[in-house]
Amino acid sequence: MNRGGSGPAATGSFGVDDLTVAYHGRVAVAGVDLEVPAGTVTAVVGGDGAGKTSLLRAMVGAVPPERGRVRRPSSTQIGYLSAGPGVWRDLTVAENLEFSGTAYGLGGRALRERADRLLARTGLAGAADRLGAQLSGGMRQKLALAMALLHEPALLVLDEPTTGVDPVSRAELWRLVAGAAAAGAAVVLATTYLDEAERAAWVLVLDQGDPLLAGAPDELVGGVPGMMFDSPSRPDRGASWRRGARWRTWSRDGGAAPPGARRVDPDLEDAVIVAALDRHARAAAGARDGRAA
Amino acid sequence: MSATAPPREPRTPPLAEARAATMRFGALTAVDAVDLRVLPGEVVGLLGANGAGKTTLIRCVLGLIRVTEGEVLLFGEPPSRATRARLGYVPQGLGLYEDLTVAENLEFSGRAFALGHRDRDGGTAPADPLASDPELAAVGERTVGDLSLGQRRRVAFAAALAHRPDLLVLDEPTSGVDPLGRAQLWDTIRAAAESGAGVLVTTHHMREAEQCDRLVVMADGRVVADGTMADIVGSRATVKVAAGRWEDAFAALEDAGLAAALVGRTLRVPSAGRDEVATALRRGGVEAEVELVPATFDETFVALAGRAGGA
Repeated sequence: MNRGGSGPAATGSFGVDDLTVAYHGRVAVAGVDLEVPAGTVTAVVGGDGAGKTSLLRAMVGAVPPERGRVRRPSSTQIGYLSAGPGVWRDLTVAENLEFSGTAYGLGGRALRERADRLLARTGLAGAADRLGAQLSGGMRQKLALAMALLHEPALLVLDEPTTGVDPVSRAELWRLVAGAAAAGAAVVLATTYLDEAERAAWVLVLDQGDPLLAGAPDELVGGVPGMMFDSPSRPDRGASWRRGARWRTWSRDGGAAPPGARRVDPDLEDAVIVAALDRHARAAAGARDGRAA
Repeated sequence: MSATAPPREPRTPPLAEARAATMRFGALTAVDAVDLRVLPGEVVGLLGANGAGKTTLIRCVLGLIRVTEGEVLLFGEPPSRATRARLGYVPQGLGLYEDLTVAENLEFSGRAFALGHRDRDGGTAPADPLASDPELAAVGERTVGDLSLGQRRRVAFAAALAHRPDLLVLDEPTSGVDPLGRAQLWDTIRAAAESGAGVLVTTHHMREAEQCDRLVVMADGRVVADGTMADIVGSRATVKVAAGRWEDAFAALEDAGLAAALVGRTLRVPSAGRDEVATALRRGGVEAEVELVPATFDETFVALAGRAGGA
């Protein structure tokens, strides 16, 4: 560890600088910078094994950085929804909230009032006496989010809050997340879904622990180099992939359009695919040069 | 199937068909008079909130449970062991043996399906997926439990496709996979459809729904929409709000009981009219641009699922 460690930071300057996280020498996150400003939602996107969970665990102090710095508030100012169940199965909904609130030093009327307000806003008021184990996936995630929000943290860290949740519950979860950001919290959440990341003010795309893309969704889409085409059949030139029954083709130099193709504006999905293809191409070229040398 | 079965022609009949299919569990009607058709070459998405009846309908189509009323036909006949041999199914849990190697998993499923089944070309031996997929062959001797999720999904696809099924049933087939890996999986799904298979995909995800030719939306056990994504969204609109400070606009809308969704630094209010939104903002003392924009499929879906009573 060089600059190692972490420390409390003033509101509004949370994030990580040149963060590397490793487990027994295996690097999970490599040299990542991320700013998590107050009053906004920041998304960390990637597939399974991209390093999202490791980054968020480092953010909350659950894993020490191998290198780099984490800027976060004191632990009582952090709300964390971890990947996985996140609620106590043998406690009722109300007991889960009470337990979690007590752990953050809340009690008495303040705790009751906040718990009641969150129960109402999550639509869980009618299920207050139900055991955690008896909740549907969507209800469980709403309870876990309510538990993370209860002490009104300055930094809210959510690890795949909507995975396995249906679109109706997902919309309700996002409303709570937006509410926390509107009230001034710095929110960072991990997701595997780009349509969800598009709702964030800033997106960091991770690929096997490395930052692949970072920026506001509009900037990332606007920054796709070359040209994107849509065609009914697979073109014989350029990098192409399916979009429904049709094909998307990316041409780096913007060369001639494939036959029957029309030029289209890329979306975030295209931007990430292009960046991944570009990285793979460069890695392959690097390997060839390495062998040649 | 008997030797006198009519030759299968493209486009006729549906590979899977539910006619007024109804499934009751005691007093609960999980599937209520549902019509569903999957044609050869077609990728159909089945969507619904949790509890909408998707899983029960799929179980009826797979022949795992029998409908209480109505009818389910697979390849023109009631589901049976014979129809099972013409199905490929990838459940959300993938259904692989984690402590067997990739090659062993594929051999096991290949043998299970090769029994008594003649494939589309009239041959009897299933294709060896490792021979046609070098990337899969490269991990052939590794145990499935050691692979990444994307690789495991490819193995599950290969296992489900090796016997060249006529109907492929997939549960959130690309969940948890990065966009490039997802594009590769959809390539496989589309190739199966182009060779004449029908595909039924259940999903919660709009990016997956976007890949389908046609969508069937269920709510409360019933089909509430059926068509292309554009058909289903139709002329539906959403109110878009752009304010100097989105958080003030959000607070004003919440105070008025209007659910606003945050997208970047703008808000979308799908469930209210433009005037209602403008009034709420004015009352909250918030200046903002308010305009009607076309609804997204996600917004349409939530409205459809919510109107039916929801979960």
